[in-house]
Amino acid sequence: MSDYNFAYLDEDTKRMIRRAILKGIAVPGYQVPFASREMPMPYGWGTGGVQVTAATLVPEDVLKVIDQGADDTTNAVSIRKFFQKTAAVAVTERTREATVIQTRHRVPEMPLTQDQILVYQVPIPEPMRFLEPRETETRRIHALADYGLMQVRLYEDIARHGEIATSYAYPVEVAGRYVMDPSPIPKFDNPKLDDCPAIQLFGAGREQRIYALPPFTRVRSLDFDDHPFVASKADHACAICGSTTSYLDEVITDDAGGRMFVCSDTDYCAEMAEGGA
Amino acid sequence: MDMAGASGGGIWGNQEAEARPLLSVRGVEKRYGTRIGCTGVSFDLWPGEVLGIVGESGSGKSTLLGCLSGQLRPDSGQVIFDTRDHGPIDTLSMSEAERRHLGRTDWAFVHQNPRDGLRLGVSAGGNVGERLMANGARHYGNIRATAADWLERVEIDPTRIDDRPRQFSGGMQQRLQIARNLVSGPRLAFMDEPTGGLDVSVQARLLDLLRGLVRDIGLSVVLVTHDLAVVRLLADRLMVMKGGHVIEAGLTDQVLDDPQHAYTQLLVSSVLQV
Ligand SMILES: Nc1ncnc2c1ncn2[C@@H]1O[C@H](COP(=O)(O)OP(=O)(O)OP(=O)(O)O)[C@@H](O)[C@H]1O
Ligand SMILES: [Mg+2]
Repeated sequence: MSDYNFAYLDEDTKRMIRRAILKGIAVPGYQVPFASREMPMPYGWGTGGVQVTAATLVPEDVLKVIDQGADDTTNAVSIRKFFQKTAAVAVTERTREATVIQTRHRVPEMPLTQDQILVYQVPIPEPMRFLEPRETETRRIHALADYGLMQVRLYEDIARHGEIATSYAYPVEVAGRYVMDPSPIPKFDNPKLDDCPAIQLFGAGREQRIYALPPFTRVRSLDFDDHPFVASKADHACAICGSTTSYLDEVITDDAGGRMFVCSDTDYCAEMAEGGA
Repeated sequence: MDMAGASGGGIWGNQEAEARPLLSVRGVEKRYGTRIGCTGVSFDLWPGEVLGIVGESGSGKSTLLGCLSGQLRPDSGQVIFDTRDHGPIDTLSMSEAERRHLGRTDWAFVHQNPRDGLRLGVSAGGNVGERLMANGARHYGNIRATAADWLERVEIDPTRIDDRPRQFSGGMQQRLQIARNLVSGPRLAFMDEPTGGLDVSVQARLLDLLRGLVRDIGLSVVLVTHDLAVVRLLADRLMVMKGGHVIEAGLTDQVLDDPQHAYTQLLVSSVLQV
């Protein structure tokens, strides 16, 4: 059918990436280095996630790709087309039908199952990057679980804003051991990572790191006793489906300052609007 | 009389603990290739004691301090620290995790340049609170209150708790570095030219503060300096180094007032002439 090897990458490369994935699953939350390959798309497009997806896909898979919760954004459409062309896999916009879901910035609202793999695109895998630029030092911190610095980051947040203002890429502790960046998902999504039945894989292309959460891993958002973690969202109901529990985007509707709140997860919203209610 | 307290080491257990050095250094040597960093260094440091190390540039002071504090790996020798939980242990035989634990609990390290010992992108409160958080503190209000208290103890206005170190003067940065280190209640502090980059009036104030803190806390200190006035004020005992060797050691006043070694005599007299 096509001139590409299945899912674009050659078999040796896929095997190398699978080894990194397996290592990541064996050591939940640990950043495994891998030899990231050039992909026919810019780094900002999630080449790390694409490589993990490529190494994960089998011909029977049904692929869903979302960007900011939507299946129809340029980024999601291009990646979906890329795999249709190079792997000829079936695609879907339905979370419940998908076996592999590649995502940027969101976790689907629909609870995931043990038959699914969720692949996150990660720009910066190191949660302490902006506090400690030396990689030798951050590696040592991870190795010794010497995570005072991570807590300092949250302390600074409260000192400056009166509360933990970090609302995306909110750091988590995995299985009581490694501290991990969950990728730039809203902190509202953090609780979905905890005890999740699906396999969760994280790929950072430019930074050449893969990390993972095996099914049913304990994932705890860092916080203080007197400033506990809160999975916050806009305090509205979706203007389309009426959901009060799903994560909302604020949409500007006209030039006169009109705005409304709608589900960020378009598939979930459609299902709710059709008759979920 | 607390008989129960004597269960571990016999009736004189407590007294024995006090009659034991906090740090015992034996035959420490560090080479850089064929060049000697320091060699044959042995001494005992007692609880509450301040030991000054003086010597010309390149004499091996920083190398020795690095070896003692676990930042450099000596080629031979022992650095035995009287740990709280397990008594005297050679720190060189500890795992890195154990050494780092010591480094953020019972030890302090004050760098000459506060920039090396502070996080410049983190507020004063965050700098002081880091050790507490690293040691498991998870109550923001308590961490902040302790940090404010320590700022006050080093004479920094606690209302500046959210300012970054960059907004502080050199003397304030140095005092912040000291607070950041002492907040965990260490028993042993290593200091490398703590008053080095400061002008004279600022130095005097810092020395005063250090002297008060050392006395209040009962801190033991290994203090490296070029400045004989600093050791005269702070150090109980003195070691003079040259070419990586300790060439003279003794009570500070004795060494400074009646130096035996020709080099020490030179060192002392050159200062007196200033
Ligand atoms: N990283 C290194 N590599 C090679 N040689 C070194 C290194 N660090 C120090 N030395 C050498 O070891 C010797 C002792 O140096 P050290 O820095 O301990 O002296 P010092 O007494 O602290 O000097 P100063 O008063 O200038 O700080 C010197 O001969 C120095 O050149
Ligand atoms: Mg030096």
